[in-house]
Amino acid sequence: MIKVENLTKLFGAKRAVDGISFTVQRGEVLGFLGPNGAGKSTTMRMITGFIPPTSGTVTIGGHDMLENPIPAKKLIGYLPENAPAYTDMTVYGFLDFAAAIRGLSGEAKKQAINRAVGLCFLQSVLHQNIETLSKGYRHRTCFAQSIIHDPDILILDEPTDGLDPNQKHEIRQLIRRMGETKAIIFSTHILEEVDAVCTRAVIIDRGRIVANGTPHELRAKSEWAGAVTLRVNGISSAELNGKLNGLRGARKVATATDGTRVTVTVFPRVAGDGDLTREVIAATSGWQVEDLRTEEGRLDEVFRSITLPDTAGKEAKL
Amino acid sequence: MNSWRNIKTITKRELKAYFASPVAYVFIVIFLLLNGFFTFMVGGFFERGEASLSASFFLWHPWFYLFLVPAVGMRLWADERRVGTLELLLTMPIAPWEAIVGKFAASWLFLGLALLLTFPVVLTVNYLGSPDNGVIFAAYLGSWLMAGAYLAVSCITSAITRSQVVSFIISVVACLFLILAGFPPVINLLQNLTHNWQWLVDVITSFSVITHFEGFQKGVLDSRDIIFFLSVIGFSLFTTSVILRTHRTT
Repeated sequence: MIKVENLTKLFGAKRAVDGISFTVQRGEVLGFLGPNGAGKSTTMRMITGFIPPTSGTVTIGGHDMLENPIPAKKLIGYLPENAPAYTDMTVYGFLDFAAAIRGLSGEAKKQAINRAVGLCFLQSVLHQNIETLSKGYRHRTCFAQSIIHDPDILILDEPTDGLDPNQKHEIRQLIRRMGETKAIIFSTHILEEVDAVCTRAVIIDRGRIVANGTPHELRAKSEWAGAVTLRVNGISSAELNGKLNGLRGARKVATATDGTRVTVTVFPRVAGDGDLTREVIAATSGWQVEDLRTEEGRLDEVFRSITLPDTAGKEAKL
Repeated sequence: MNSWRNIKTITKRELKAYFASPVAYVFIVIFLLLNGFFTFMVGGFFERGEASLSASFFLWHPWFYLFLVPAVGMRLWADERRVGTLELLLTMPIAPWEAIVGKFAASWLFLGLALLLTFPVVLTVNYLGSPDNGVIFAAYLGSWLMAGAYLAVSCITSAITRSQVVSFIISVVACLFLILAGFPPVINLLQNLTHNWQWLVDVITSFSVITHFEGFQKGVLDSRDIIFFLSVIGFSLFTTSVILRTHRTT
């Protein structure tokens, strides 16, 4: 549904986006990760046709965004960063406008508005001015606008930004449900969202894709993938360290003492090594083990290791 | 056909937005008060004893518009950019020119409404005497076209900047040029400066809204005057589209 090829955007001499390519199929929810200023928003703005790329192509459902923008834009619902809305209108007026400009009228328009209002829980503020709404409601109003025409493609720039935990949960549920029948791209820097919602994640850093895979695949890149953590009572950390360090599959051992308890983590030589757990269990027989678990790998650690800090150049302001 | 519907949708939204805020009502009241005051107190409508509106009523319009039209036009694009709704608008399945025309049309219709609300002055002059209503109609048309030209210029300045205040100031200056180019003292000055190079003076004065508005005030619908105003509008809206596109590419 969405095909992005070699997308590049220069702002002056700065390469905001540098040769990005990927595709998103129907039924996929693609998480767009990256530090601030990595080029997430710029990429989304090019996909939605707001800004033209310096080079490269965006194809939406077979239509080239540059050459044939209107049919391409018809397929897309877009929630821009910061969820802008016409603040001088009521929620209903705004959604009515969004539906009308999408070509809906009469009964179909009414139904579309009701559907979007229901999905985004906006009933209680329907006739309130958008200006007077709290950030969460404003955000959901703009989200409702993006799904008003039940589009095949959704582009959501930080859809959960500024929402409270309950609202975040609702929006994530909604995205996941809609992801079953649509092609969705959403950007975030909340890593737990990737697990909660995405079928696939792309990490962008300084305008380039640095990782692309399922959340599980990304986590496996972590040094924590396959690491074994256990809490043991009545044994000194030095003794533990010595014993576990000797294991064949262990690369390094980290310990922390809390009273008589010692918490120890054994990192595998090969990331995601399943044998390590068995080795550790064998080595610990006879000890007072209170807790033992195998780590799946940590996304935040992967994220930090493959993106560089301090890329916070200014994102393009329009 | 689709373009027409898109333009209509945008125009409707803009008009609704005008009347949702007090700005529209404040504008209309000020416009009517100014008109009343200048027509009857300064313009000496009663003292003249003429059954005509040119010298007492329409005379002031180029000057009212100088401040009032930029006030209406300043928010058109500056606000869209500041709030970020421009991003929404231009990712909708519409062509940018449809948005530009739609927003312009809404403001122009609004100005037309304000102008129509000056109808009591027409009733007054008809009650007191028997004016040539054809002339009055032509002058109204001219006044509305002139407001459109000012408004289109304000569209450009509004697209240039994110700040409404900056937009207002630039647009007042630009519109002031459109007036002064045909203002008698300025024409005299030009003639002295250029040692009576009449062609240069003619070129400059031909840009003036006053020169082109005069014909309408006399009841003459000269196609050249109509074309002048329409081409100022067309050119300005085109420039607006170029500016908006430039913002997006750089």
